[in-house]
Amino acid sequence: MRHLLGIGDLSRDQIERLLDRADSLAQLLERENKKLPTLSGRTIVSLFFENSTRTSSSFDLAAKRLSADTVSIRAQGSSVTKGESLRDTVQTLSAYGPAAIVVRSPFVGAPGMVTRWTDAAVINAGDGKHEHPTQALLDAYTLRNRLGSLDGKNVWIIGDVLHSRVARSNILALTKLGARVTVCGPPTLIPREIEALGCSVSYTLEGSNEADVLYVLRMQNERMAAGDNFIPSVGEYAKRFQINGERLGARQLLMHPGPVNRGVELSPDVVDAPQSLITEQVAAGVVVRMAVFYELLAGRGEPEGGQKRATAVAPMPDGATR
Amino acid sequence: MSEQTGTKPRLRLAGPARPLAPTGPKVADGLSFKGGRGADMLIRGAHVFDPREGLDSVLDVIVRGGEIAELGAGLSAPEGAEVVEAAGKHLLPGFVDPHVHLRTPGFEYKEDIESGTRSAAAGGFCLILAMANTNPPVDNSGLLRSLRMRAAAEAHIPVGFSATVTKGMKGEELTEMADLADAGAACFTDDGLPIADAGLMRLALQYQRLAGRVIALHQEDPALTRDGVMHEGAVSAALGFAGVPAVSESTMIARDTLLAEYEDARIHVQHLSSAQSVETVAAAKARGVKVTAEATPHHLSLTDEAVGDGTDANFKMNPPLRDEADRQALIDGLRDGTIDCIATDHAPHAAHEKEVPFEQASMGVTGLETSFPVVYSDLVVPGVLPLALVVEKLTCGGEPFGLPAPRIAGGAVANLALIDLDATWTVGEEGYESRSSNSCFAGRQVNGRVLMTLAAGVVAFRARSFAVQEVGA
Amino acid sequence: MARNAAEKVVLDPDDLRRTFVRIAHEIVERNGDRPFALVGIHRRGVPVARRLAAQIADFDGRSVPVGELDISFYRDDIGRRGTSEAPVVHSSAIDFDIDSHVIVLVDDVLYTGRTVRAAIDALFDFGRPPAVQLAVLADRGHRELPIRPDFVGKNLPTSADERVNVRVEELDGIDQIALVDSVVRSAGEA
Repeated sequence: MRHLLGIGDLSRDQIERLLDRADSLAQLLERENKKLPTLSGRTIVSLFFENSTRTSSSFDLAAKRLSADTVSIRAQGSSVTKGESLRDTVQTLSAYGPAAIVVRSPFVGAPGMVTRWTDAAVINAGDGKHEHPTQALLDAYTLRNRLGSLDGKNVWIIGDVLHSRVARSNILALTKLGARVTVCGPPTLIPREIEALGCSVSYTLEGSNEADVLYVLRMQNERMAAGDNFIPSVGEYAKRFQINGERLGARQLLMHPGPVNRGVELSPDVVDAPQSLITEQVAAGVVVRMAVFYELLAGRGEPEGGQKRATAVAPMPDGATR
Repeated sequence: MSEQTGTKPRLRLAGPARPLAPTGPKVADGLSFKGGRGADMLIRGAHVFDPREGLDSVLDVIVRGGEIAELGAGLSAPEGAEVVEAAGKHLLPGFVDPHVHLRTPGFEYKEDIESGTRSAAAGGFCLILAMANTNPPVDNSGLLRSLRMRAAAEAHIPVGFSATVTKGMKGEELTEMADLADAGAACFTDDGLPIADAGLMRLALQYQRLAGRVIALHQEDPALTRDGVMHEGAVSAALGFAGVPAVSESTMIARDTLLAEYEDARIHVQHLSSAQSVETVAAAKARGVKVTAEATPHHLSLTDEAVGDGTDANFKMNPPLRDEADRQALIDGLRDGTIDCIATDHAPHAAHEKEVPFEQASMGVTGLETSFPVVYSDLVVPGVLPLALVVEKLTCGGEPFGLPAPRIAGGAVANLALIDLDATWTVGEEGYESRSSNSCFAGRQVNGRVLMTLAAGVVAFRARSFAVQEVGA
Repeated sequence: MARNAAEKVVLDPDDLRRTFVRIAHEIVERNGDRPFALVGIHRRGVPVARRLAAQIADFDGRSVPVGELDISFYRDDIGRRGTSEAPVVHSSAIDFDIDSHVIVLVDDVLYTGRTVRAAIDALFDFGRPPAVQLAVLADRGHRELPIRPDFVGKNLPTSADERVNVRVEELDGIDQIALVDSVVRSAGEA
């Protein structure tokens, strides 16, 4: 694995390996000293073309716990307005010699393009409405911790699937891990032919009581272009799709990628209900992203030379062996 | 025509992949009606004619407690039942009109629920759907509920209320269609206005999977209609009126049938007016698109020639009267099943809105009280269409919306129209039950007079000349 | 891992059993009454540590805590070797008080010393043990760091081209140490 661009590129084995790695990291993080020397001397650049507090801070903490040096660039289109292209930005940043670049972009496929212009490992932290692989991995990790295995589990992903990269990555990840996924929401917010990803579709919550997990998406108002009107009103949406105390079964698990719009997709009471895994998801974000850094960076370079023997070659600058 | 027979709904409302939402109340649950005592009567010796039931003979019909209890020869009146001597008269299933403007709220000076349903009952109708382009428009469930309450107090026959597709009929944002369906909306329509934005139209069709209900469409492209006031053709050219081209309608029908096909949605095209529109609907139906269509009596019997010298605004309506080829195409469309039903588009306007220059006048004509007589006189009497077909098209107007057509059969609720086919009368000579008198048939001599209407088992209308006759011992 | 013709068994199951017994005695002798614990380095160090603990329990009666150490995150060659070849992800588990136990690090083979260096680093992130000792089943020489084992099963002088294969019943179905020419081995696997 050189880059993490999307769950679509991963096999079940690769996903499970990442989750296993996150597990071993989680045990190390239970001790007082939470820092590992693993990436000491490496630089990790995050390049965020979109607002994000949670994801960027989670990546940042993950990098720091592995002793990497971190550089954060918040572009939010400003570079573009200054006439600098994505390519120029990436090539400029390459001067720092980063081992990894974490990219979030409002445009589908931008992280993949970045791989062409750098030797660093590229991690997709969300590209347009396409994928958000680390979110799906941390969700899968959280669920696996709770359920043991996802095989045969029934997961409903509820809400604005149309504008959700979280939904896409999760459909792929959870089905690859053996779960059955149903996406549910108003028909105007369910993409045509989403079934091709391996999920089924429901336009009502009928049947959601059979689910093991209700994964509720945020209503992404910021993604609804002005003038577009995918739903008549928040009230009508909430009446039909909000998960509240009545709709959340005692044995069902509740997930949400955050931040929650209380009173819209979730009623305030369920956010803190015992079924809610929302804070566990946030905690899982750090170890899963550490695991991603480790798997991408530890695996770079030439194959194992001898038994537990370091290569005789002197340390080289990052990427030089490629 | 064969497509019209049988009692099963012809429409397959569920698509294979993504069916309409199964939950929520049925359309029939949203009908509102003041009700009344179920009729007890013996209708003696009428020619009972219900093509769907295969009835075409002189029979006695006993109605007990509002239900058709018995059909047969030589029946005697049960105790307390009224005897209606109906020899020489025709007893038909009651008519259903899916397109009526009751003008309430906001335009009660044109019509209200009481007067509009009285007018409908006088025309032989036992069920109508009310359009939502009121002031304010029916775009929220609160207003819809208040209308249903009002109809429950004053409607002479059951009324289904439609709700608008877009908030304020502005064509910008969807209404809370799911809530409106729960509140009893019979269908969704911005009738009076098209949904010009194809993107919004598409969202509405998608949302139908959640809300259910048929979306009924007034089809015209504002960019093509512009300031047109009548059909664009020889007459408009001669009079100097801005014309509404037939393509204003047909192109929108093409757009929306393609969209409905793409979204596997269910639409109803209102008041077809042109040959091209009929062709477009026929082509869509042939592809399996879930589309139904209606035509009005005035488009079936009149052409733009009727506009004459352009001084009588009672010939101004939207869509406009078109030319003879268009009229013939509509008749053919009825015959071959492209057009599913006849709807009046009853659109009352006050005198001050019509007694103005043609270009300034409001669009629309009344139609409930003239619907059957006009279609009968202009299409059945000359032998253009058989009576059976016309009766079917006048009674099945609820089917596209999930409301079964009335039938004359033992055990069925009495929805009946007793009609004297031989009676001739002049439209408007005795005034109208409707609050408005903007009929494009005023002064015309027509055949066929409705004597009595039973709606949902209750006597909803009785002609003044046709009073209570005799009560059985 | 193909066992091909070029492989030479240097310790058979009986030899290994005796080796375990001997090392176990040495560890107990060396530490006397001081509390000590065994910490196996993933992967084969872990079963070896458990085996030693069992031996100690057998003849001495004391129950010695056993921990596991995953040194993945402490390697000095990160970025220079593939991880994809190591299919199993391990975890560290040390659920005793490291500050009050002499720690005996246990591994199968001692070679360059870099693994032990990483293990000592990893260990010190768990606490500050009073002393650290090292037990290995085989010492094949070629040290690159100043590291020396306290307890050795067998010294195996090897060339850099050779490889030492330690097999334990828990993972490989047999107790055995074999020497294999890695050139031949690569050819056999190709």
